[in-house]
Formats: sequence, C-alpha cells, structure tokens
Amino acid sequence: MIPTSLATVSYIGAAILFILSLGGLSHPESSRRGNLYGMIGMAIAVLATVFGPRVTSAGLPWIIGAMAVGGTIGLYAARKVQMTQMPELVALMHSLVGFAAVLVGFANYIDPASAALPVGAEKTIHEIEIYIGILIGAVTFSGSIIAFGKLSGLINGKPMLLPGRHWMNLLGLIIVIVFGWKFLNDGSVGAGIVSLTVMSIIALLFGIHMVMAIGGADMPVVVSMLNSYSGWTAAATGFMLSNDLLIVTGALVGSSGAILSYIMCRAMNRNFISVIAGGFGSGGGTPAAKGGDGEPVGEVTEISATETAELLSDSKNVIIVPGYGMAVAQAQHTVFEITKYLREKGVNVRFAIHPVAGRMPGHMNVLLAEAKVPYDIVMEMDEINEDFPDTDVTMVIGANDIVNPAAQDDPTSPIAGMPVLEVWKSRTSIVMKRSMASGYAGVDNPLFYKENNRMLFGDAKKKLDEVLFALKEQAGFNG
Amino acid sequence: MKIGIPRETYEGEKRVASVPDVIGKLIKLGFEVAVESGAGEAANFSDDTYRAAGAEIVPGAAALWASSDIVFKVRAPSVQEIGLMKEGATLVSFIWPAQNPELLKQLASKKATILAMDSVPRISRAQKLDALSSMANIAGYRAVIEAAHHFGRFFTGQITAAGKVPPAKVFVIGAGVAGLAAIGTACGLGAIVRANDTRPEVGDQVKSMGGEFVTVDYEEEGTGVGGYAKLMSEGFQKAQRETFAKQAKDVDIIITTALIPGKPAPKLITAEMVQSMKPGSVIVDMAAEQGGNCELTEPNQVTVKHGVTIIGYTDLPSRLSKQSSTLYATNLLRLTEELCKTKDGVINVNMEDEVLRGTTVVKEGNISWPPPAPKLSAAPPKPAADKPAVQPSASHGHGGGGAPASGISTAVTFVIAAALFLFIGAYAPNAFLTHFTVFILACFIGYMVVWNVTPALHTPLMSVTNAISSIIAIGALMQIAPPQVADGMARPEAWIRTLAVAGIALTTINMFGGFAVTRRMLSMFRKNEK
Repeated sequence: MIPTSLATVSYIGAAILFILSLGGLSHPESSRRGNLYGMIGMAIAVLATVFGPRVTSAGLPWIIGAMAVGGTIGLYAARKVQMTQMPELVALMHSLVGFAAVLVGFANYIDPASAALPVGAEKTIHEIEIYIGILIGAVTFSGSIIAFGKLSGLINGKPMLLPGRHWMNLLGLIIVIVFGWKFLNDGSVGAGIVSLTVMSIIALLFGIHMVMAIGGADMPVVVSMLNSYSGWTAAATGFMLSNDLLIVTGALVGSSGAILSYIMCRAMNRNFISVIAGGFGSGGGTPAAKGGDGEPVGEVTEISATETAELLSDSKNVIIVPGYGMAVAQAQHTVFEITKYLREKGVNVRFAIHPVAGRMPGHMNVLLAEAKVPYDIVMEMDEINEDFPDTDVTMVIGANDIVNPAAQDDPTSPIAGMPVLEVWKSRTSIVMKRSMASGYAGVDNPLFYKENNRMLFGDAKKKLDEVLFALKEQAGFNG
Repeated sequence: MKIGIPRETYEGEKRVASVPDVIGKLIKLGFEVAVESGAGEAANFSDDTYRAAGAEIVPGAAALWASSDIVFKVRAPSVQEIGLMKEGATLVSFIWPAQNPELLKQLASKKATILAMDSVPRISRAQKLDALSSMANIAGYRAVIEAAHHFGRFFTGQITAAGKVPPAKVFVIGAGVAGLAAIGTACGLGAIVRANDTRPEVGDQVKSMGGEFVTVDYEEEGTGVGGYAKLMSEGFQKAQRETFAKQAKDVDIIITTALIPGKPAPKLITAEMVQSMKPGSVIVDMAAEQGGNCELTEPNQVTVKHGVTIIGYTDLPSRLSKQSSTLYATNLLRLTEELCKTKDGVINVNMEDEVLRGTTVVKEGNISWPPPAPKLSAAPPKPAADKPAVQPSASHGHGGGGAPASGISTAVTFVIAAALFLFIGAYAPNAFLTHFTVFILACFIGYMVVWNVTPALHTPLMSVTNAISSIIAIGALMQIAPPQVADGMARPEAWIRTLAVAGIALTTINMFGGFAVTRRMLSMFRKNEK
C-alpha cells in the first residue's frame, strides 16, 4: 500500500510519459522509444492505482484475473492481425474503450461510495459528468462496431441514408436532453438507472446511425473521429472520477484524434460537418454529365505486364502511388520486390502517399513498412507533388480519386478542390485497376483517357507478379 | 485476311513496313502475314526471324502482291507495283496525295482501298498511329548525328590537359517533332542549343528538352490549323531574318525543320547568312525534299559552300532503318487494331470514324481525299489567363498548426470562448474548475504535440493513443474493492464488481493489444540500408 501523495506523483509521471510517447512519434527514429514511454507510463499508472489507497487487497485476485484474460486476448490479437486489417483492429479497440467507459459510468452511478459524497451543485455536476461520460462512451462503442463491420466488409460500405435522418438525430438529441433533465431530478438510484439506460440505448442507436450513413471513402475521417471520441470518453470518465490522469490522457487522445480528422478532411477538401452528415459517394453532389464540356471522353490505352516491365527498366525516375486496391490485393510485398530490383539497377524509385490513401490515416505507410520498404523513399503528397514532371513512369496501384485531375480542372466535379497527386504530369503514368469502375466518390477519372496514361487491368498482385517476372526475364536476356 | 509485306523498291530505301516483333501481334489479331524474301534485309531483319515470328516467306514481289488482301508498305507504290496489285485490295503506306494526284487515280482504277499514313489526322486519339511524328523524331535525331559527323569539333565542352574545348552551339529552326528530337539529341551530346519557332506555345517544350527558346521580336501568332505552322506576314519575316542572321554569325550548326503543309519550304537561311557563318560550320536542311529552308541546299547532296557543309539528305529516317522500321511497324499495328476491332482478321474501314476517315484517301476505287476539315486543332491556342480551376490548397501543415483563420471568425471564437468561460466560472464549483484547468491545458499540449507527428506514423499514432486511452482501466480498478465508506451504506457489491471486472478485462485487451501492435508496426519502419 502506497500513500495518496505517492500515487498522485506517479500519475503525474505517467501523464508526462504519455506526452513524451506522442512526441516520440514525430519521427520513425524516435517512435520506438515513444511507444516504450507509453508502456512505462501505463505500467506506472496501473501499479500506482492497484497498490494505491483506493484499492484494497481484496480486489487483487479479481484484478489479476481480469487483466490476465484481457492481456492474453490483446497480445494474441496484436500478434495475429494482418497489417491490411489494421483499420479494423483500431476500430474494434475504440469500441472497447467506449464500452469500458459505459461500464465504469454505470458502476460509478450505482456505487454509493462515490455518489453519496457530493451535495448541491457538486452533485449536479457529478451526475452530468456520469451522464455525458456514458453518452460519449456509448456512441463510441456502437459507432466503432459499425466502423469495424464496414472496414472488414461485414457491412456494405455504401452509405445507408434513411429518410429524414437529420430529424431522427435531432429527435434523439431531444430525448437525450429530456432524460438528462429527468436524470438530474431523479431521487432514487433505481429511477436514475432507467433514465441512464434509455439514454444509453438512444446513444447506441445514434452511433450506429451516424457511421452507417458515412461512405467508404470517408472511412479515414470516421476512424480518426472515433479515435478522438474514445479520448473524450476517457476525459469525461476522468471528470466523473475526479482523476486528473484520466483527464490529461483523455484530452491528449481526444485532441490527437481531432487533429487527424481535420487533416483527413482537408486532404479531401471536405468539411467535418458534411462528412458526419454523411452520404458522400452516393451522388450527394451532382456529378458532371458524361460527355459534357471538358469531359474527356475517349479511349483508354491498355498496356501489358511485359510492356510495363520494359517501361520501368528503361526509366530513371519512378514514383509508385499506392491506394486501397494495393491493400486489398495484398500486393505490397511484390511492390517491394519490384522496387528493390529497380533500385539495384539504379532506378530512383519513390512512393507518393496521399493523406487519405487507404482506410485510415497512415495506412499505406504501415503496409509499405511491413513489406520492408525503407521509410525515407516514402514521401508525402506535398514533398513529392512537384517532382512528377521529372518522373519517367508513375505507377498508380489501386488508387483512383486521389489521382483525379478533375479535382483541379473541373470546378463542377464533386471532388473539386481536393488536393490530388499530379501523376498526369509525369511522362507516362500506368494505372493498375481491376476494371473501369469509378472510385468511391463515383467520379469519372479523366486521367485514364490522357494520352500519356496506360491502363494495366487485372488483379494488382497477379499483374505485379507478372511485371516482376518480366523484369527478371529481361535481365536474363541482357546478361 | 492476308497481310503482305513487300520489299521496298525505291532506290536507297532501307526501311521495311513490318518487323518480326509486330508480326506476332498481327497474327494474334487473326491475320495471316506474308513477307517478301529479303524485305527486311536492309534493316537487319533476316527472313528467318520473320519466319520464326510466324510469317510466310514469299519469293518475289509478284507472288506476294497477287496473294495479299492487304499490303503494308513504306513508300508509295511504283507504277509496276500498282500493276501487280490484286483488284480490290487494301494498301497502307505513305502516299502524299496532294503531291501525287496521278498516283491516286491509278490506285482508284484498281478498285483499291488506300490508307495514307501521311494523312492521319492530328488529333490526340490518333497519335499512336502518327507515322509522320515517328519518322520526324528519328529524322531529328539523325540530323544531329549527321551534323556531328561533318562537324570538326566536339559537341560538348571539355577542359583537357591540352587545353579548353568550347561547346558547340546549335541553332534549331522549327520546334516540331523533328526539331524537338534534334534539340534533345544535341543537348544530350553536350551542345548549347537554341531554337526558334513561329508558334510561341512551343517555348516550354523547347525548354523541357534542354534548349533555349529564341523569340523573334514581332507580335504575331503563328499557329495554324492542326498544330502546324502557317505562313507569316512580310513584317514578321523581316524581323525573323534579322534574328536568324544574328544567330548564324554565332552558332556552329544550324538544323532547319520549317515546313508549312502544302507549300514549298520557306527560305529562311539566305546565302549571305551562310557566308557569315564560321568556316567548318554545318547546316542540316531537313526540309530539303520540299525545296529546303536554305537557299543553297541541294536535295540528297552534301555540299560545301563558303566553307559551310550543307546537308540536304531527304532520307534521314531510312538511314536509321532498324529503328524507323520498328516504329513504323508499330504505327501500322495500331492502325490495324483500329481497323480490326473484332480481332478476327477482317478489316473494316469505318468511314464514320474520324481517324480512319482522315487516313483513307481511296475507298473501294473512289477517291475520298481530301477529307472534311478536322474539327479541332491538335494543340488549340490557349488563352493567356489559363489558370487551374481550383488552386490546390496550401501546404500540409507539418508542425505548423492549422491555416490562420480569418479575423472575423477568430473574433467570434474568442467571444464564444469568453462567454463559456464566464458561465463556467460563475456557476461551477471549485473542485470542478481545478480539473477543468487540467483538461484545457492537456488539450493544448495534445494539440501541439500531435501536429509534430509525421503523417507516415499516423496509423501507429492511432494505435498508441488507443492503447493509452485504456487508462480508463484506472476507473474500473478503483471500483473493484474500494476501502469501506464510513457510514456503511449498502453497496451493490456483486453488480459493481461484475461491471468493473468486465471493464478491466476490456481495457486490458486494448492496453496490451494496442502497445503490442504499435511495437510491431514501428519495428517494421526501417531506413534505407544503403
């Protein structure tokens, strides 16, 4: 048993370590240390609590048992997860935070030890804290579950738009406020529980409804938004428990998620409210009529894997633009093999990553890192966009909207103003696609019809294997 | 249908209309291919390589022409060749219908269908079959090589032990396909290259090839229909001559490529200019066939006048026969693909198709040349103020916070925040305010720290924040077995314990899983080993 003051100091130490942990992620070099700081901070916080004044030794068996079960599952999941499934895992984990917050909130409310103490304004504030904590927790929980379902393909990625959905949300909000008022005035714990339960159900439905209405292309925003929510949940729980460590950590996580959402929104030139309101990719905007002015109708020029290999081996500068299609096809390892081969031949191969490529922020970077691509040839959009005119071949692997010139040229396009990778400025661009279907935004891509563009149709993994094979075969001929 | 590739009969012509690589692809489209014995010899393609590609080798022109439904050629057919042609056959080659009306009539009398590779319309879609551009590209390259051959010095500047070598100065007139190829080749050899063209919009292309664009100080737009140059006014021509005269005194090599469709080549380099050039200089006149851009050019000859070598070869592509045959063969393959969309070995000359309509000069015995005017200029003159419709947004804030908000919205934010703080200050109890302070400050720290995170690590950032948000476990831990409250109120132990244990288990999944998966991800980020 350690005294209260020591426990508090430990919390301060943990908070500092968490801040350092996030700070460490500013560079891949320091990131591993950052993660270590996070682990140490968490260990200190948990140990200080377990051996602190608020936990008696009677609880130890329960704690050890629960942590052993949770820890085993967590470690197992972390070991087994495929890097392409990271978005799903992260979404699932958000839901756990939300659910835990709901449990803690309920437990706190029915615990007379914490509920009995405050009186007057303090009691009201405490109850508001419980109410809001559970509310955010429940929304995070159900929203994340739906996000998980959409990301893993269990639920259709298309936005589900119920008629009058904004009114439904408004109605839900009114019910939540009314029951909140009732909750504050409920005399007994029994009556309060009813109000809390009603609110929780509304919040769960709201979470489901909110994420169901969001299209697949907006998934990076949703995932980072839920990340933010899970932070706010922790902060609200901190207020409820009067625990500064929870408040600090929650605020850190909350603002981190909020910034990510903001970056993602800006990368798509969409504002946050319209993403949350949902419906992108369902023709919410009016896409320009096909064949209208400036709409490049024409033919696409196909290219074979062998020709692609020839083009690649004759180039000096190559940029690869990966997209979600690469993740789906699990083609990152072949991409690396090709990269390695070309780099050994002296070709300058680099990767260009659009902020919203993939299904969560930084998704492509992780996949490429998994395939052993060194991070210093993986560039951000702003670092590399100016280099396209000096590039001989740009390979677009399973990406569409992020390389759509219509975003710059066509003010009527639904994606107008979205920053895009200017691949059409390179001497030749090769787009790998399964078919001529349009991207998530449902916008036709004039890039495909450009003279200097070639289409390589087929499964990305299979086609890239063929390209690699052709590259090696050529080398065989040349000695 | 059978495609025949005869041997070119024009004297000195080394090209051949198809090469073994392409023949395999023609066969895939469903055609049979016959090649006259020795057709590819001058371009270093032996009969055996054609045979290996799947072609039938036919000895003698007569047998080949008689059996072919479609004939691919480079040069326009001679009178003898027309005589050999099968009635109703299709011929694809260079024809130059404007210059050869008699030829056209003879072909028409054979009930033939003739596609002229020189008449491919200059539209984007037809670029892949634009043989003129392919040939011009080769000619531009060869022009520089010929010049280098006759020029007595290095192209590139060097500092050697024996002294300094100045780089050669090359002036290219006309920055079409040939001109640009010449600029690129000369730059590649290390020369200082300048270029002039009446069309100002090609200036950027000249620069992109490594050349310097020399403008004529006179206001006139020189872009005609179809992306070709047009005839310029008298005033412009005078200013142009002055510019050229100045360049002639300075440069070592002049390469002229100026052509105006359907007109004799403009005389741009006068005898005086030639005289003013340094002895040993070289002029390559790529317009020699159309009369030459230089007054002293003699077509097909290399002459030395006033100490200046003037090259008037008209067969530059043929001098690079293997390369030009390969590209020409590919152009013809693209045309065949257009003709045979069904890939069944039967061609369909669809006169509704803009490209095929333009290329076809005789259709089943009826002369269809000239075609209706093309709808669009290949590179339409662009208005000066041609800005992208939407400016790309400012650079991605890397450590730089957000974009500065406008004054009004900042003010509004401040007012709202102030009102909110006032409200909280007036009503909230002290204990709450302490936590609230911590909360606000932590938000700001989070904001500052997270902007520094590199975008490449956004996924690990999310998983690590996820892991640390499992700090909620502390809440559950505190509930599991708190010290007894003094007043001994009834506590629903079982309920709370169940909730708390579930809470702990869930958050520990997150805690361990989150950190472990972050660790796994971060260990994969590696630097380039080199």
